[in-house]
Amino acid sequence: MNRLLGLYAAAAYLFLHLPLLVLAVFSLNASRFSAWEGFSLVWYRRLLDEPRLIEAAVNSLIIAVAATAAATAIGTLCAYGMWRRKAKLLEGALLLSLVTPEIVTGVSLLAFFQWLFRHLDVRLGMHTVILAHIAFSIAYVVIVVQARLRTFDHTLEEAAMDLGATEWQAFSRITLPLLAPGVIAAALLAFAISFDDYVITSLVAGVDSETLPMVIYGMARKGVNPTVNAVSSIIVVGLGLLILLAESLQTGHEATEAKKAGGRAR
Amino acid sequence: MNRLRFLFLLPARVFTAVLFLVPLAIIALYSLFTRGTYGGQSPPLTLDNYARLADPLYLSILARSFWLAGLSTLLCLLLGFPLAMFIARSGRRRHLYLQLVMLPFWTSFLVRTYAWMFLLRDTGLVNTALQALGLIREPLPMLYNDGAVVLGLVYGYLPFMVLPLYSTLERLDPSLLEAAADLGATPIVALARITIPMSSSGILAGCVLVFIPCLGAYLTPDLMGGGKSIMIGNLVQQQFTTARDWPFGAALSLALTALVMVLLWYTMRRAGDHIA
Amino acid sequence: MKNVLEIHSVTKRFATQTAVENVSLEVREGELFALLGPSGCGKTTVLRMIAGFETPTSGRILLGGTDIAPLKPYERDVSTVFQSYALFPHMTVRENIEFGLRRMGAADIPRRVREALELVQLAGKEDRKPNQLSGGERQRVALARSLVLEPQVLLLDEPLSALDPNLRKQVRTELKALQRRVGITFIIVTHDQEEAMAMSDRIAVLNKARLEQVGTPSEIYLTPRTRFVAGFLGAVNWIDGVGVRPESVRVADAPPGNGARSIRATVAHSLFLGNCLHVETRLADGSPFVAEVSRLNGTYGPGQQVHLWWNPSDELKPEA
Repeated sequence: MNRLLGLYAAAAYLFLHLPLLVLAVFSLNASRFSAWEGFSLVWYRRLLDEPRLIEAAVNSLIIAVAATAAATAIGTLCAYGMWRRKAKLLEGALLLSLVTPEIVTGVSLLAFFQWLFRHLDVRLGMHTVILAHIAFSIAYVVIVVQARLRTFDHTLEEAAMDLGATEWQAFSRITLPLLAPGVIAAALLAFAISFDDYVITSLVAGVDSETLPMVIYGMARKGVNPTVNAVSSIIVVGLGLLILLAESLQTGHEATEAKKAGGRAR
Repeated sequence: MNRLRFLFLLPARVFTAVLFLVPLAIIALYSLFTRGTYGGQSPPLTLDNYARLADPLYLSILARSFWLAGLSTLLCLLLGFPLAMFIARSGRRRHLYLQLVMLPFWTSFLVRTYAWMFLLRDTGLVNTALQALGLIREPLPMLYNDGAVVLGLVYGYLPFMVLPLYSTLERLDPSLLEAAADLGATPIVALARITIPMSSSGILAGCVLVFIPCLGAYLTPDLMGGGKSIMIGNLVQQQFTTARDWPFGAALSLALTALVMVLLWYTMRRAGDHIA
Repeated sequence: MKNVLEIHSVTKRFATQTAVENVSLEVREGELFALLGPSGCGKTTVLRMIAGFETPTSGRILLGGTDIAPLKPYERDVSTVFQSYALFPHMTVRENIEFGLRRMGAADIPRRVREALELVQLAGKEDRKPNQLSGGERQRVALARSLVLEPQVLLLDEPLSALDPNLRKQVRTELKALQRRVGITFIIVTHDQEEAMAMSDRIAVLNKARLEQVGTPSEIYLTPRTRFVAGFLGAVNWIDGVGVRPESVRVADAPPGNGARSIRATVAHSLFLGNCLHVETRLADGSPFVAEVSRLNGTYGPGQQVHLWWNPSDELKPEA
């Protein structure tokens, strides 16, 4: 039986990885069609000539960095605040934000911003995207940091206070430094999620702030455009490295919990 | 100690309340409004939007969503179970194998979906290769149908089936299988009578973790289905963009969310806090 | 002698149970005081209330005459050595020991740290991290970390339980010597009666949230106030409301005839334990009675009829 399983697993891994590998390989195809015509970096060079693409990439980066910074801070404090205490309502709301389909979160944020902007003179743009990203990223950060806290020895904080540290000093000098790898892992996760988001972003971005996924989506719908392969490969490799880094910072148990959280409808 | 904790929870409470709960409340309210002539929404309050859900057209979309999500979940289970078994039995390398499953799925959902489009298009790699090999003359329509959507969903959510299955299988005591063999059970029998029943909690968790996102999917049916295979998510998006019927879209959204919550609540009652 | 710590009628109620019920005791300056009892008796809760991690539901705790119950742990002149030592893993030994001094903004930190290291014999290891130390060394770091602050009282939660069994006797002696040397009042929590009796000047025995008795080791062993204290500190035979410890029981072939109380018994079996002979007998009514006698008296076989007797002054007459 085990040999059969091994063969099956090989086939399954092939299924999982082949599409991306093919994409990466064909991003180096000199031809714009599916026929192979030799290696070439032309499509990567063309990326530099597409201002729309570059601007969208920069936007995505700005949004991801801003949203990640805020969501990581808010989520870490939240996870710590909920540690060994009850906060049922907040826990419920965070869980709800994880299971609600993205399309629903997206349209509700659209409706919210529209309603808000009838009273304030602001429009959809980068700021609304950033706010939206922070909102849906908090739950992920909380889960990752919570997993880390579960293995944290609470008597360390008691010892710190026993020796004269206030609650804040115990948190900032003892707990936070020891949580740091988990917090960084959460940040990397939040970054990857923010960078890749399409559904919510497309609804609240407005006209002037396109993100990279929005551009890729448009290109994917329209037809054969080999620069999509190039930029896609870059994204996959880039985010892949980030995720590998995040995993190396977590223990196996924490990483498993974080992944379980990722099952959002997109 | 209380004051600090309270302050720490405040930002999360504010953000979640203002940027998640309030928008949902607004949508709930809009679902009761009437559509304006130019696409706005306002009172009078009405339940018409919910009544429209019973329209056969929309019921068929709902039915298709359940069907596609259910089929995808089943396929994920059938494909994922042997893979999870393999990883659970792979000894020292199990973390590596698990990583190999998970890693692609955390890079970019959009790109992964696009990769299949690249492969399956009429001018895509598969068709070009088949034509070059002389196996077909006309390109096979592999995209823009229900099958493509299921393929995209299975490809997208397989790890969320593998992960809980693996967790449960890993905890399975190997001496149980040894005892079964000792008592005369073949591997197949042991699988059917011991392994599968004892991983029921993992199976349930995996099915829920796959079915719920599949039900509310938008990108996959949009790109892989190309508008020909509309699920609830696409319908909602239409109402808020081209159709400009926000009240109806709101009603749809609420119905979808309610469905998801009911499913989740039911599963959590069955399996305890396994999933959270 | 002055009291450094006084606990007045302290009660601690949790949602599901009462952990401490109306406990009062006094700890004198410079003594090594033990809180002894089985798990769940409330001794750890009392310790945590002294340290400030729990607040009493009612009652007062006075340190040097001042009520410290409303004070936070970092405001109290009390320091705790935790059962797991709770050393900060990301800091070196030196940084761990410095921690409290830095919080206080104390002067001359390097000298005080050096002296603390010498006190616990860890000089030379100050740049190591906790995971590079043995269990015994970690305990010494925890001790140094607390003692360097010169608190009025040092609290130790089950100080010997995390150590290797063969190390315990040695550490027990070292802790006692350390306490004598620094002169600071130590309060230890333990469930091990031998440990408590070997180390302490006085012991408070707790059971089911209540205080049973306070006294020196010999007081509580020889004159226990309650049946629980009698039984917790050692084996006891009970007969007609009076207790007799096995080591006080003598075994003879005939009644001793000196006026001492004696009873007839049948030997069930006897065990040679090396330092004594453990003789289990059955009385006429079938109830067991144990004697521990010197092995020099000979052996006793099963079924043998004997007379057991003891000195009336060795009888335990608890009030409850």
